[in-house]
Amino acid sequence: MTTKQGQIASRITRLGRRSCDAVESLGRAGVFLAQSAVGVPSAEGVRLWIRQLHFVGVLSLAIVLVSGLFIGMVLALQGYTILIDFGAEDALGQMVALSLLRELSPVVAALLFAGRAGSALTAEIGLMKATEQLTSMEMIGVDPLRRVVAPRFWAGVVALPILTVGFSVVGIWGGYLVGVEWLGVFEGSYWSNMQASVGFINDIGNGMLKSIVFAVVVTWIAVFQGYDLIPTSEGISRATTRTVVYSSLAVLGLDFILTAVMFGGL
Amino acid sequence: MSNVPFIEVENLYFSRGDNEIFRGVNMTIPRGKVTAIMGPSGTGKTTLLKLIGGQLTPDRGRVLIDGEDVHRLSRKALFSLRQRMGMLFQSGALFSDLDVYENVAFPLRVHTDLPDAMIRDLVLLKLQAVGLRGARDLTPAELSGGMARRVALARAVALDPELILYDEPFVGQDPISMGVLVQLIKRLNQALNLTSVVVSHDIKETLTIADYIYFISEGHVVAHGTPADLEVNQDAWVKQFIHGEPDGPVPFHYPASAFYQDMLGEVANQGEAT
Amino acid sequence: MKRSRTMEFGVGLFILVGVLGMVFLGLRVSGLSFSGPSNTFQLDAHFSNIGGLKPRARVSMAGVTVGHVDAIELDTKWYDARVTLNLDSELEGQISRDATAAILTSGLLGEQYVGLSMGGDPEMLEAGETIRDTQSALVLEELIQQFISNMATN
Repeated sequence: MTTKQGQIASRITRLGRRSCDAVESLGRAGVFLAQSAVGVPSAEGVRLWIRQLHFVGVLSLAIVLVSGLFIGMVLALQGYTILIDFGAEDALGQMVALSLLRELSPVVAALLFAGRAGSALTAEIGLMKATEQLTSMEMIGVDPLRRVVAPRFWAGVVALPILTVGFSVVGIWGGYLVGVEWLGVFEGSYWSNMQASVGFINDIGNGMLKSIVFAVVVTWIAVFQGYDLIPTSEGISRATTRTVVYSSLAVLGLDFILTAVMFGGL
Repeated sequence: MSNVPFIEVENLYFSRGDNEIFRGVNMTIPRGKVTAIMGPSGTGKTTLLKLIGGQLTPDRGRVLIDGEDVHRLSRKALFSLRQRMGMLFQSGALFSDLDVYENVAFPLRVHTDLPDAMIRDLVLLKLQAVGLRGARDLTPAELSGGMARRVALARAVALDPELILYDEPFVGQDPISMGVLVQLIKRLNQALNLTSVVVSHDIKETLTIADYIYFISEGHVVAHGTPADLEVNQDAWVKQFIHGEPDGPVPFHYPASAFYQDMLGEVANQGEAT
Repeated sequence: MKRSRTMEFGVGLFILVGVLGMVFLGLRVSGLSFSGPSNTFQLDAHFSNIGGLKPRARVSMAGVTVGHVDAIELDTKWYDARVTLNLDSELEGQISRDATAAILTSGLLGEQYVGLSMGGDPEMLEAGETIRDTQSALVLEELIQQFISNMATN
């Protein structure tokens, strides 16, 4: 009896300690974000930012565009088979564009970004930590948060929305290829139905807003996991996994909340 | 002049979690000399360097560098103090996204407004001093461990610091690069009139370059003196360390219950299980 | 140095892709046009039932899109729907007082829109005035109800 009570008590203690740890680590991540993201960049900072934008943005472009093309094509194919039953295949453009702009582009681009760029950011910063580069930078008198973390963070925040735009454009074009060129939906109705139903602020704007939120969250998770990891090879591989898992969950969870706020009223 | 201490460590306490690493360490490190801090692996020698460099904060006690309490400085003042010190890390810690030239130029670019031509002259001068002027276009990944450490040394002295902290400079080096490093540390110290602190457990090399040696074990300074003093020191611990004896005050066995009992207990447990 | 040049070029191109993509989405996908609000004028129309009409729905005349629905509100005086139409300014002072506004459906299941047709009155509507002659949306249930009650009386 007493041992059972003891077990329960220790389990509760452990739960409490874990919650405290989680809150503490969230706090550390918040302070970390504030210290690295806030501040006026120097000319050198801009150069470093461009370099990172190349790394996380330009190098992720190919995978994002190819995925966007296929997702647009699949949407058109699936949508067509459903819409044709109602004789409403003219609404294909509307369907493809709205699903892409509101949901798929921000979410899928963010997931791809977390896998392609986020994990690489974590591993890179982690390796710099493991090889004492961050410590030695501090000893030289340079703040690694400003020098290493800030350019990477801002590059991620700028890159993902651009990638999302690219994803949408290519996806809509892919839908056009399948719907109009292959399945024979009338070209005029593909575009005009789309134009009639897509609102610039309501659909494109909200989609971009989602994407910006995802960009901040994913990049934040990636750089923080890299900075906060245990500097061993095992620590790096764990942190890389954590980046992908946490940011995927964060993106999907936040997507639900944002969708409820943005489109829930309709 | 030279016996005015540059660094004073006063009654330093530091612990990591429940693990007490330092329990009252006192040291004075004179200006313009090479001071070595020695001790077995895992006694926190690197931690001591980080405490001196202000990256860690002690639980108690203080560290004075040139009269300034390192851990009471503002972040800005600490960073400007660090411009007066260089640190050589175990792995070299070169920035992997910059080539050798840019690595050495890094502190100059960050802390000075010198024109490019002058930076170039300074960098080539430092690289020449460590014998790697020809390697300036290589990336850190293309360097051997010894070369990386030499480049790191060039970077550490780029700003002509007053103090250099060496973290295990000889570890994992072949005899030739070890000899090169010993020579370099000695020469740089004399040429630039530096104060050097060397953390190491390589007895032979350390004895040849150090002017003064502190031995640390179990959170205390157990012995200190000039190399000549220590060679004739009769303290059992110092003798064991200097001569590399496997057993002595530092036991060969990790603390355990009596061997005989342990074996019997194992047998008894197995007997119960089957 | 040369490597950083091509890198900067790549990054520039990347940002350009983003901007052009945004322009494409704005113009081609959402049908945004750069005509400001000064190029439209407003007319009101009251309907007893608007069915499924939504803001931003198309307003057309003879099948040509001439504007869109700006706002839909309940008029608490008559308890009908007041629909505000944004029309191309070319039509300002061109729509006669007895013009008709009807809520129509494109196709069987398509979206609903407002169809305008001209009357013969020589007097024209000014901006902000109300179209009197309106025709509400067809509601399928009401039609069926009418049909059944007609059958019963016959």
